[in-house]
Amino acid sequence: MSELFFDRVSVRYGHHLAVDDVSLVVPHGQVVGLVGESGSGKSTLAATAVGLVPVTSGQVLVDGERDRRRRVQMVFQDPYSSLDPRMSIGGSIAEGMPRGVDKKAEVARLLELVNLDPGRASSLPARLSGGQRQRVALARALAGRPEVVIADEITSALDVSVQGAVLNLVRDLQRRLGLSMLFISHNLAVVRYVSDRIAVMKDGRIVEEGPAARVLAEPGHEYTRELLAAAPRRHARLEVS
Amino acid sequence: MRAALRSPVGLASAVLLALLVLLAVFAPMLWGDRAAAIDTDALQQGASAEHPLGTDQLGRDILFRVLVATRLTIGLALLATVIGVGTGLLLGSLPAVLPRWAARIVTSAVNIAVAFPGLLLALFFAVIFGTGTVGAVLAIAFAIAPSFARLTQTLTAGISGRDFIKAARVCGVGRFRLLVRHVLPNIAEPLVINATLAAGAALTSFAGLSFLGIGVQAPSYDWGRLLGEGLLRIYLSPASALGPALAVVLAGLAFNLFGEAAAAAAGGRRRWRGKPVPHHESTVDDPGDGLLTVRNLHVTFPGGITPVRGVSFTVHDGEMIGVVGESGSGKSLTALAVSRLVEHPGSVTADRLDFDGRPLRSIPDRDLGTRLAMVFQDPMTSFNPALRIGRQIAEVSEVHQGLSRGDALRKATDRLRAVRIPDPGRRAGQYPHEFSGGMRQRAMIAMGLMGEPKLVIADEPTTALDVTVQREVLKLLARIRTERSAAVLLISHDITVVAQTCDRVLVMYAGRIVEELPTDELFTAARHPYTTALLAAVPDLDTDRDAPLAVIPGRPPEPGEITAGCPFAPRCPLAEERCRTEEPELSALSDGHRVACWKSEKELALAATGGTR
Ligand SMILES: Nc1ncnc2c1ncn2[C@@H]1O[C@H](COP(=O)(O)OP(=O)(O)OP(=O)(O)O)[C@@H](O)[C@H]1O
Ligand code: SF4
Ligand SMILES: [Mg+2]
Repeated sequence: MSELFFDRVSVRYGHHLAVDDVSLVVPHGQVVGLVGESGSGKSTLAATAVGLVPVTSGQVLVDGERDRRRRVQMVFQDPYSSLDPRMSIGGSIAEGMPRGVDKKAEVARLLELVNLDPGRASSLPARLSGGQRQRVALARALAGRPEVVIADEITSALDVSVQGAVLNLVRDLQRRLGLSMLFISHNLAVVRYVSDRIAVMKDGRIVEEGPAARVLAEPGHEYTRELLAAAPRRHARLEVS
Repeated sequence: MRAALRSPVGLASAVLLALLVLLAVFAPMLWGDRAAAIDTDALQQGASAEHPLGTDQLGRDILFRVLVATRLTIGLALLATVIGVGTGLLLGSLPAVLPRWAARIVTSAVNIAVAFPGLLLALFFAVIFGTGTVGAVLAIAFAIAPSFARLTQTLTAGISGRDFIKAARVCGVGRFRLLVRHVLPNIAEPLVINATLAAGAALTSFAGLSFLGIGVQAPSYDWGRLLGEGLLRIYLSPASALGPALAVVLAGLAFNLFGEAAAAAAGGRRRWRGKPVPHHESTVDDPGDGLLTVRNLHVTFPGGITPVRGVSFTVHDGEMIGVVGESGSGKSLTALAVSRLVEHPGSVTADRLDFDGRPLRSIPDRDLGTRLAMVFQDPMTSFNPALRIGRQIAEVSEVHQGLSRGDALRKATDRLRAVRIPDPGRRAGQYPHEFSGGMRQRAMIAMGLMGEPKLVIADEPTTALDVTVQREVLKLLARIRTERSAAVLLISHDITVVAQTCDRVLVMYAGRIVEELPTDELFTAARHPYTTALLAAVPDLDTDRDAPLAVIPGRPPEPGEITAGCPFAPRCPLAEERCRTEEPELSALSDGHRVACWKSEKELALAATGGTR
């Protein structure tokens, strides 16, 4: 069992309350999708889970424990800055591995898993395009054998054909490994596809949370309805106001 | 560093440095005896054929002494630099590994030391260690150290905000390894360049100390001491002072110029050195009198890698064109080639690459900088983390339009308002990390608006933004286009984004355009098997949650893997024999609709509407 629990978490930057008293549970083996506008505090909340941002008050627990090193891994939003430009991609992936595994074989396996040629393990990130880099980042997160994975906008830089493959992959891996996952994305269609539950964030607060089907079918909050309306549809053109 | 050798200044200074090193190594062996030979018959002589720089008070030849002194002079300067740089590096990187309170103490100490005048420090050390070589070396070293520590700290801080550092931390990488494996390698270049400059400064300072008599002491001698001795007799025998003086100046210059050439090479924008290649004619019926005319564009990297292979298109005034395609299809490189930003060792060739009626290569940087604006895929890394947003935006106008600092800043604030950043005055004073992703992207666009751009190239400007902000940025681009009648080239992997905003769409695959059509026909008349597959793969709010998403099998070829035939053939449901051997050209299907496929229009129409969904 591995349940991620944000227990009344607040994060303050100077005068600005980026995350405001958020309580959220990511139940064991489930995917919670988190949507919200830019600056609403999604990434900050995610960062508290992996200890990159200290909480101002409240706590983050995995199975009731505060020590969650290595049990929670994260895939970042920007594939251009999330890989060390001077380190081979194999090196980056191997860094997160626990001791005592055959690093070379494991790197090859992980690269294969994310549909990259294992022969590229020695390439530097500059040789990869954005989408390829993001898959490397995914492989790196999985290298640590985590129980909880935070995915922060991981598909927003991917192509649709690859996005589909990665989402299928994420779902497949999540189910097979029994991962608990906090999946952050601006794309409602994507969130809907992977998530069991959906949480909507605005101005540092969770304004709505519930089973995915319910939230999408009967949005309870005004902002959720707005998001649904803003989701790009095929035949609608953007009005220049 | 290697690039530094390509500039004439860099090359000259590198040759000079090499010469100095040779002298330092061999001069004492070759001429050591002659430099020390006392000749009582030739005391204090002026310049002559036998002694070109004259002799000193013991009759020793000054030219040989200058040559032999190279070793000590350069050696001591380098020693001081190494100690100084080493200490600086240590002090500068300590805060990254120390606990927070200790880090704060080190940082304050460095800040105080930076404010302390170097020469005073030198005199202070001379008093402590006594006048002599040791004191002088330490004095100069410790004068270098604080500024180097500060530099290291600043660079480290800049790098620490990047996601790859965070990612490594989340993986459980320790602070020390983080510093050694991730931080230092990424700041090595500016550090090395500055160390070279510091060596030049150390050399001249050392000469100064020796000259003042608090550096090298007799019987040792370096250029500074030779200069001091020579200066006593400058009216009698000018050559004996000018010789060592020239040596100091030349060596100092060599270090400084090399450092600056390296810095310029590291930070510089490489020019496009294009030469047209005749092969691979792409057919375009358009006469090519658009704002941007691209014909048969290739971008090549060493090793036969050609990620962009014969791209041709035209952008007309005020038009909004979308470029879609998978990761690695060459969208960004096409954009970079058009903005003249392809970095070495990439090389750009084209039959035609004209912007605003002129060949792109003939447009001066300044003009291009104001007429063409580029918005990058990654707004975080395109801003310098250490400078305020307002200043960075203003800089464009200071450099390209010669505005004063104040005017440029006012204009920047105005442009921030134009892109609807709330409270632009206050926001202009903030640093990039204080902006959210969407605001940074808008600030980037504001920067592009500092000139009067006729073309805005936006490479994935909405990637990583959420829907509401994405809409804002897209609206902003559309508004710029209507209000300023600028053309927009919008690059995106998201076909729905392009469909919402653009007039025409170019679909790229494996470095070529495979289909071009008006966006309003995209969902009804797209014909290329890749385009139709792409459209089918977009998930929407009605996608079946229990079935796997539609994906295009396989993956696009890497630029190095492209062989003869249609590059989409391995993934194409319609592929036939011919597809595997010959690559189809982009040819007109109807007015404004071009497709690169061997299949007939009828076959394609059938497949697009009936067969595969
Ligand atoms: N410096 C380089 N050296 C070698 N290959 C490179 C270099 N830069 C880019 N490439 C290759 O060129 C191809 C095209 O890259 P480009 O960045 O233009 O793709 P893109 O279409 O913009 O992809 P994305 O949607 O992921 O941004 C990629 O396969 C990439 O690996
Ligand atoms: S040329 Fe052949 S392989 Fe290429 S897209 Fe057309 S049918 Fe498919
Ligand atoms: Mg790109």
